[in-house]
Amino acid sequence: MRFAAASIAAALLAAGCAAPRPSLFAVIPDQSDGHIGTIVVEANGEKRVVHAAYGAQRILADGSVVSEQLDAKKVREEFGPTLKALPPPPRTFTLYFLLDSDELTPDSAAELQKVFAELKRRPLPDIMVIGHTDTRGGLSYNDQLSKARAERMREMLIGLGIPAQRIQAAGRGKRELLIQTEDSVDEPRNRRVEISVR
Amino acid sequence: MRSAILAALLLAAAPAMASDAGLVKVSKGSVQIKRAGATIAAPVGTVVQTSDVIVTGADGSAGITFTDNSLVSVGPGSVFAIDKYRFDTTTHAGEFEGNLKQGKLAAVSGKMVKQSPESMKIRTPSAVMGVRGTEFVVQVDEPAKN
Repeated sequence: MRFAAASIAAALLAAGCAAPRPSLFAVIPDQSDGHIGTIVVEANGEKRVVHAAYGAQRILADGSVVSEQLDAKKVREEFGPTLKALPPPPRTFTLYFLLDSDELTPDSAAELQKVFAELKRRPLPDIMVIGHTDTRGGLSYNDQLSKARAERMREMLIGLGIPAQRIQAAGRGKRELLIQTEDSVDEPRNRRVEISVR
Repeated sequence: MRSAILAALLLAAAPAMASDAGLVKVSKGSVQIKRAGATIAAPVGTVVQTSDVIVTGADGSAGITFTDNSLVSVGPGSVFAIDKYRFDTTTHAGEFEGNLKQGKLAAVSGKMVKQSPESMKIRTPSAVMGVRGTEFVVQVDEPAKN
């Protein structure tokens, strides 16, 4: 084990010496919500955490690491065409079924129209349908139930003219509750399907 | 009518498979993928797989949406290898190891990182970055500079 760690370190060192190419890592505000994230940069056997808007770490040709503070203008100048190529963030819609039915609630039928509008806005959309359940029943039961719900929605979308190969379905079971509840709680708002358009 | 238009839009793409890592959503100028010894053009709709290497020309840039909703764009004159990509749509467990050998990259992390921070890593010739979220940029300079 110790030998493995040592040889990895040696390999990293060798790679660093053979190719001393400067690089730069920077956190930028999330373009959709302004959220400031965190990155951990590891170089030269040292780990540095960056958690600030435009905070950066630069690795120089000699392998040394320096902290840097960039700004919006600098990032735009350096990364303009790169940032412009970022695909638009996926948009998610949540739909509910009427109890014991394949039919959507009236609100959800309206929401489905928004899904189609979003599909038209994107050059090459694909869809991920994700089913969710409430907390009644075990993990694997709910995994299956949520997948079945997602598959049902997928069939519905195919019926509305969307090619099958562009839609994937997945089930998250009771892992991602919309309304937090104890285990074994009947909660209609958790029995839902998300449609992620991307 | 609306359905017909949509169908035409959507059919232009290659079929998506559960094993695919992502899909090219933006492709400008020269964008190619090196895969299993071959070099293929990568227009919008090209499926991206593990072990693919994205190569852009001086006028090129590309944007990829991965299956966990992470977004990666590669700027002009870049070489970006997808060393590892795995994502479980039920548990959200996965790993994403990208390698920027040259050029520029911007990215927004997705569901995998939300589930387990630092499951996404981006390597350069001189460092490795763990991503805890969400948006960041990376650049690799020519050896002569600096």
